[in-house]
Amino acid sequence: MTAHSRPSTGRFDTLVLVAVATLLWAGLAALVGPKVLTGPVETLTHLGRLLVDGDFQASIWETARAFTLALAIAWSVGLVIGMLLGASRMVGEVSEPILTALYSIPKITLYPVILLLFGLGLSARVAFGAIHGIVPVALFTMAAVRGIPPTYFRVARSMRLGPAATARHIILPACLPGIVSGLRIGFSLTLLGTLIGEMFASQRGLGHLTIKAMETDDTRLLMALAVLLVAVATAASAIMLGIDRRLHARRS
Amino acid sequence: MSRPAFYRTIVIAVALALLEAACRLGWIDRFSLIPPSEMLQSAAHILASGEYTRDILVTFGTVAGAAILSVMGGFAVGLILYRWPRLKRAADPFLASYYAVPSFIFYPLFIVMFGLNRWPLVAVAFVFAFVAMAISTVDGFLSVRPILLRAARSMRLTRTQTLRLVILPAAAPYLFTGVKLAIVYAFIGVVAGEFILSGSGLGYRIAFAYQSFETATMYGLMLILLVSVVTINMMLWSRERRLHARLSR
Repeated sequence: MTAHSRPSTGRFDTLVLVAVATLLWAGLAALVGPKVLTGPVETLTHLGRLLVDGDFQASIWETARAFTLALAIAWSVGLVIGMLLGASRMVGEVSEPILTALYSIPKITLYPVILLLFGLGLSARVAFGAIHGIVPVALFTMAAVRGIPPTYFRVARSMRLGPAATARHIILPACLPGIVSGLRIGFSLTLLGTLIGEMFASQRGLGHLTIKAMETDDTRLLMALAVLLVAVATAASAIMLGIDRRLHARRS
Repeated sequence: MSRPAFYRTIVIAVALALLEAACRLGWIDRFSLIPPSEMLQSAAHILASGEYTRDILVTFGTVAGAAILSVMGGFAVGLILYRWPRLKRAADPFLASYYAVPSFIFYPLFIVMFGLNRWPLVAVAFVFAFVAMAISTVDGFLSVRPILLRAARSMRLTRTQTLRLVILPAAAPYLFTGVKLAIVYAFIGVVAGEFILSGSGLGYRIAFAYQSFETATMYGLMLILLVSVVTINMMLWSRERRLHARLSR
């Protein structure tokens, strides 16, 4: 991977890309007018005002709480399911298409079911966010566990490791890179799920604010929310991508 | 039927039977969840009555349009990223975090740009789906073994010939994965958009049935949608598996 051996230039290029995108945004905003698309300067100053606003902070806090809970569930449940299903070749063969099918369905259609089962509260939003993340985490973990060379298990047996020690010293280190990739995608999709959950049938959080901004044609708020979400998601994702790359590089 | 497929059928059948039993025995109240057999009845009734046929066709048409545009647009973007590795490196953090940003945010902007019709929804789904195709395309191109490219050079193939005769065939499995993902994400984008924002289509009808407490209609529509999506996905998935098996040979 020589392409990633010079992270400083990569970072510089990313900044250039952001600058170009911002200029395009400013140009487009100037073209269509501020009622349709708020320009970068006005959006950022509005976001700055919002960030010190108490109501807005409450919305961020609300979303952060639901998202953190959903992410904890998605990661842990996804890991456990993936490990269990990946442990046996047959079970993996049987369950992989089922998981792929679950991954592909538009989960928003299941939201009414979740609302009916959990009620109109925090738990429904958490559950909805979690189901977005569980499946990809499970799929990646399963693939990682199934990809462990059989020799490793023979070594574990010859060293008379128990199941717990095998999991700790053999399985986990061997499939960590694959798992981290899964956790990364699980993070993105759980955030998406949490926000969609707030957009439909919720009175709180950033998702709800988004819908309200759409209904009242508040373009400025909409763009401020978009910038905030893109910034947070990209920052978190970049950190995890860094860990991901380091782990993959270590293995190869 | 292979052995895994046989077990899979049993697993699904048992799960459905358990669900049916749980509903019939009253472990789950009928207001929340109706037995699968009644969902099937409701779906059959919906299809036979033709009441929702227009919505179903509208949804599938929108998905098809968005998927086709996503595949073409994503392929073009993937090609550009492949040609300019520096651009790809610069864009990597954004490509990786892409799916956390709900593209519905740009719906109002698209309405102003395209008017109050189905095109804003196509645009939302396109924005959601084309990145998957772009990532698969560039991954596929980068996976082409250098020896093939060297062979192409030694035969003095032009850039276009190399792309058409060497790179495209070698990257075909990846491209197919991209097409599959583009279709899946187009479905997710369109249905979610209809659900939250639109006034027609299957997604809208499901949300409407939920809000007006028509549980049977809601589950019937849901079943129609989910069965179609899963069927399409499974066909693509088995074809994809055969293509990838060819890769590792």
